[in-house]
Amino acid sequence: MWRRCLWRRGISSSAAGWWDHVGAAPKDPILGVTEAFLADTSPRKINLGVGAYRDDEGRPVVLQCVRGAETKLAGSQFLESLPNAVNTKLVEESVQLVYGKETDIVQERRFAGIQALSGTGACRLFAEFQRRFYPESPIYLPVPTWSNHHNIWRDAQVPVRTFRYYHPDSKGLYFGALMDDIKSAPDNSFFLLHPCAHNPTGVDPNEEQWREISHEFKVKNHFPFFDMAYQGLASGDIDTDSKAIKIFREDGHLIGCAQSFTKIMGLYGHRVGCLSILSVDENQAIAVRSQLQQIARAMYSSPPVHGSLLVSTILGDSQLKALWEEEVKAMVARIIRMRAKLRESLEKLDSPLNWEHITNQVGMFCFSGLSPEYVDHLARKFHIYMTRDGRISMAGVTTSNVDYLANAIHEVTRFGQEDSSQRRSFNAFIPHISYAN
Amino acid sequence: MHPQLSSHPAHGSATDRRLNSMLRHIDPSIASSSLSSMDSQISASPTSGFHGDSVFAHVAQAPEDSILGVTVAYNKDPSPIKLNLGVGAYRTEEGKPVVLNVVRKAEQLLVNDRSRVKEYLPIVGLADFNKLSAKLIFGADSPAIQENRVTTVQCLSGTGSLRVGAEFLGRHYHERTIYIPQPTWGNHPKIFNLGGLSVKYYRYYDPATRGLHFQGLLEDLGSAPTGAIVLLHACAHNPTGVDPTLEQWAQIRQLMRSKGLLPFFDSAYQGFASGSLDADAQSVRMFVADGGECLVAQSYAKNMGLYGERVGALSIVCKNADVASRVESQLKLVIRPMFSNPPIHGASIVATILKDMNMYDEWTVELKAMADRIISMRHKLFEALRAKDTPGDWSHIIKQIGMFTFTGLNSEQVAFMTKEYHIYMTSDGRISMAGLSSKTVPHLADAIHAAVTRVR
Repeated sequence: MWRRCLWRRGISSSAAGWWDHVGAAPKDPILGVTEAFLADTSPRKINLGVGAYRDDEGRPVVLQCVRGAETKLAGSQFLESLPNAVNTKLVEESVQLVYGKETDIVQERRFAGIQALSGTGACRLFAEFQRRFYPESPIYLPVPTWSNHHNIWRDAQVPVRTFRYYHPDSKGLYFGALMDDIKSAPDNSFFLLHPCAHNPTGVDPNEEQWREISHEFKVKNHFPFFDMAYQGLASGDIDTDSKAIKIFREDGHLIGCAQSFTKIMGLYGHRVGCLSILSVDENQAIAVRSQLQQIARAMYSSPPVHGSLLVSTILGDSQLKALWEEEVKAMVARIIRMRAKLRESLEKLDSPLNWEHITNQVGMFCFSGLSPEYVDHLARKFHIYMTRDGRISMAGVTTSNVDYLANAIHEVTRFGQEDSSQRRSFNAFIPHISYAN
Repeated sequence: MHPQLSSHPAHGSATDRRLNSMLRHIDPSIASSSLSSMDSQISASPTSGFHGDSVFAHVAQAPEDSILGVTVAYNKDPSPIKLNLGVGAYRTEEGKPVVLNVVRKAEQLLVNDRSRVKEYLPIVGLADFNKLSAKLIFGADSPAIQENRVTTVQCLSGTGSLRVGAEFLGRHYHERTIYIPQPTWGNHPKIFNLGGLSVKYYRYYDPATRGLHFQGLLEDLGSAPTGAIVLLHACAHNPTGVDPTLEQWAQIRQLMRSKGLLPFFDSAYQGFASGSLDADAQSVRMFVADGGECLVAQSYAKNMGLYGERVGALSIVCKNADVASRVESQLKLVIRPMFSNPPIHGASIVATILKDMNMYDEWTVELKAMADRIISMRHKLFEALRAKDTPGDWSHIIKQIGMFTFTGLNSEQVAFMTKEYHIYMTSDGRISMAGLSSKTVPHLADAIHAAVTRVR
């Protein structure tokens, strides 16, 4: 809740300041991990917090396709805000990427698309738009979900509800409960779905389950909003990873979709994303887009040009695009290798716990099942940093640190009771609506 | 543009509220009391796609942004002799957009540095950039900086800085009203409203003198409630180009501090107004020098030509370092759900330039050249109108400061100039001097002359 301060009578400039009552805010649960990691001086430290890809030497990577695009662009662009040209090109490429180039949606321009400040910005624009046109409507978020989803919809003043998604015992999809929650939500509710590589669990519905979900959404007239942050990074294949969206589209749903180029192109610092909302025809799309632009205009006017030029250059150039797809496959391959290695090492140590989920889960993260207490222990004793829900960014695991990691995890868990600790971990994580300031 | 309403009993108040909200966006002039009930066709049961309709079928086309809309209209005009004096974006004598040489240099350095990565910036942005931005506006020797009383966060240009500041104030400050000058940049009220503040106006521009309505300003700020937030244009007021003198600023400061009014500076033209970065920061520094608190939104869109990269910073000057640190932590909570962390490219360019003495000097030279070109356009236009004996006093053209001139032309005259002379400007009569060149001044002078003599 926003704090209210006492009214102050400032008679002169030396009067008490305006902000004495302002409390220190808690650190962001994800980005705060990196801060703690940076402050740690141990040479053995490992950052498994934020989902940023690292190579096998633990170094950040600038993709070759990105360097190629930069070289192509250097010195040639005008740096003016381009309300149309660059934005339009980025949107064109983005919607083709997620919906498919040849689809009727794209050909008939039945989409309202706007460039956004990465996935966060795209979700926020949608949340504000949802509030503007459905002021009473809540958003249904899966349990668990990326922690910032709660912040985004809350700051847009949209009430948040949740639906069951992950089962801590099976460490898989809680499908029955998920379907129940979809059915019991009031008709016409807004739902947020992760189309692939669910964050933080790495647990995705299979194709058949997606079809059932889509069908139930039709029955209930729910609005599906997809947060697509990992297209390509789940399976290594762009089209495979957008299968869920394809299923929904084929069922006739007019979805909303937030896309992020942050991880899939390694453009973390550039904040490139896209929000699209499908419509029945082009006119409707134009109307919706005009509203989205208004919302963006009052927030930051227009998005930064550089990153979006990189993305549209890559996607618009067949060689660069092919190179990009190869590099995505390579990133995925390395992550899958690390998953296999980690699981193997833990099993070799004769861990009493079941670690199958490490290789079952998909995408950048492993939802380890480690409790907050174990997480803290790993940080304090072993200088290994992850978020307190036990989410491990596999991208931070390397050939040279995987054994140290396995040993550390084994050390803290060897005497622990699996079920209760993991369930405690999971329950502890369920976010509260009244988010602490 | 809004849907037909028919009398329809028995619809819930929730739906009415939803419709009210929707209609206010379509046409803000509709009072909510005019809505009795709803048409059953409109969003009673939103349906998903397979029913053939969108849940957003009722969404109406939003009006064009009035400033950016000018460029849209200009682009559509097929006439070979047309002039875009709408958006405040700098143009050369040849009418071309400019990338400063020093910016190109900085970009090249960045591209060539293979050790650079594209990792997330911290939520508050690039640390170097933040420090250097604070120094730029407050002065390198500012005691506020030395005492760690300033928190600076990187934001998306001026707009983004204003919005983050507004959201922070909406949550943590006891007064929710911001007083903004009449007139002001068209986007200001929208930013503040959507950021959670309500907006009131204080008199600023006097159409009779085409100068500052100083009495009115003092009266209006004098009668504002204690603690109210006041938006101040640090220099080169947009759209009027009318700035208080230093003496007037001193009086404004005195009044505001005595009433405990909170200053929120919008600094979008530092260096662009007079050609001197320090001179253009005097108003801000005056307020900081008295030890009091304030907010400052900085933009590098114009003074570094980085329009498209959205580079800016919000600084909050606090009473002491402890408060500043707590305030910063709360700013992070505003930023994270808005865009997580700011874009790296533009801020890196700015930091590169500001921290290198040679590049900084180069920048000041290029900046002064831009400012000087604008000043010379002012003089040329003034001379041209004088030579034509255009009725009226046009001295405001050379008295006003910065990128814009508030011509004093009314909307009919503006429409006339667009239709007959293909000159595009905002309907309030604001022209961007940066869009003029020696070649196009005569055409503009002709148009103004015609408008003033033929249209009342």
